[in-house]
Amino acid sequence: MHQVLSSTPEGIFTINVGPQHPATHGVLHLVITLNGETILKIEPHLGYIHRSIEKMCESLTYRQFIYVTSRMDYLSAHINNHACALCVEKGLQVEVPMRAQYIRVIMDELTRLASHELWWGAMAMDVGAFTPFFYAFRERETINEIMEETCGARLTMNYMVPGGVMADIHPQFQQKVKQFIAGYKNKIAEYNELVTGNVIFQNRMKGVGYLSTEDAISYGCSGPVARASGVACDVRKRYPYDVYAQVQFDEIIETTGDSFARYLVRIREMEQSVRIIEQLIDNIPEGDYQAKTKAVLKLPKGEFYQRVETARGELGVYIVSEGGTTPYRIKFRSPGFSNLSALNEMAKGGKIGDLVATMGTLDLVIPDIDR
Amino acid sequence: MSIQQYIKNVFNAVKTLLKGMRVTGYYFFHPKEIITQQYPDNRATLKLADRFKGEVVMLHDENNEHACTGCTACELACPNGTIKIITQFDITPDGKKKKALNTFVYHLELCTMCNLCVEACPTGAITMAQNFEHSVYDRKQLTKILNKPGSKIRAGVE
Repeated sequence: MHQVLSSTPEGIFTINVGPQHPATHGVLHLVITLNGETILKIEPHLGYIHRSIEKMCESLTYRQFIYVTSRMDYLSAHINNHACALCVEKGLQVEVPMRAQYIRVIMDELTRLASHELWWGAMAMDVGAFTPFFYAFRERETINEIMEETCGARLTMNYMVPGGVMADIHPQFQQKVKQFIAGYKNKIAEYNELVTGNVIFQNRMKGVGYLSTEDAISYGCSGPVARASGVACDVRKRYPYDVYAQVQFDEIIETTGDSFARYLVRIREMEQSVRIIEQLIDNIPEGDYQAKTKAVLKLPKGEFYQRVETARGELGVYIVSEGGTTPYRIKFRSPGFSNLSALNEMAKGGKIGDLVATMGTLDLVIPDIDR
Repeated sequence: MSIQQYIKNVFNAVKTLLKGMRVTGYYFFHPKEIITQQYPDNRATLKLADRFKGEVVMLHDENNEHACTGCTACELACPNGTIKIITQFDITPDGKKKKALNTFVYHLELCTMCNLCVEACPTGAITMAQNFEHSVYDRKQLTKILNKPGSKIRAGVE
């Protein structure tokens, strides 16, 4: 121990951020090597909220395992459930009714909005502005109420089932969503006025936490983090699922690669989500909300993979089936893990004061990283 | 950086800050747009969504009859082992043995309100209730028996 200390050059030391630290948004543990205030290396230590969800899923049937995935990335619970439902449907070769597909995509986009809302509030709080958090949660509350009315829960809905959705939409669903969307555009303008245009905020974000296109690709980043570095990786555009192929929306790409670019990508993605919902909400076709499936689902022997775009990036669900009622093996490719591994590249050479702002733009959800 | 530039930067920062404060100020003078609910003071007027999943309950009609046949479909559908159904054999009037529900044990402490049991029930005997205030001093109180004492299966439910 003594030797290690004496061999360390003067001024270089190691500090721990987390696992119990409010700025890490959960039980994330970062071991940071510093030279004065300059970051030399960041090493994330994981495993504090590992619940072995993948192993747990192996003992659950294809209907049951979907609810567990709400607990991975709890802010995009719908989208996780959607990925699992799609993967099982792929194995069963079930045709999902159009009504269910429309409902699913609207729910996905509402979830994305709610998730970006929370990110925006928490992000502003990370850089020291407390008020935006309340405004963000005001809009999120409206979405949560819509969710509660149709799905029966606010966060872990378990609304997607193999073959469609669990229940039909609430009679007031369309009206409430339209009402929300109508007022929401002004809210985004409000957000821009409150935070985006603020020079102090911009100075904290611009030119900080730079991630090059090459690094974004080599670390396997996805979602807004990769798109801010100029990687066109929106799964909704590249590998459309359900009715995403029929809706018009832009894939938001920034090329600056700094924290502000990641911020802008998410803000502009909210506008695109609103655009998607606007196109779908009036045209929900009549019909069944759930396809007829057998009481006991059995996937044929083989391997099935499905990817979706969650609020954080690309979520992959990989099922290996032996032909039984439970999966032989399930692997989730979570976006947060890859995005976090690029943190070292982003923060290296920067100041420790900028670390929290950079981490805020990554939109980390620790249960998604650990599973 | 010249001193003029410095002063300009400071002025600019204050300007954008005040611009943002305009939003805050607007809501300060428009308290009607605030949506905060004063829970638990508003318990009397609190209205939860009809579909809100608070806990599993068994539906009983005015004759203290339920629709549960004891088929254990909900027990099999539950991912957490929340439900345990104890069955007994009733003797029907024509002398045959018939499986019937004895006790419907529901472990609220294990339940994640996923609604799979309600979906699985072929007779619509159970449903989700809106009650969400589940805190008790002893966890034993969370293990509930859902069929009321003396209740029996409604005639005609198979």
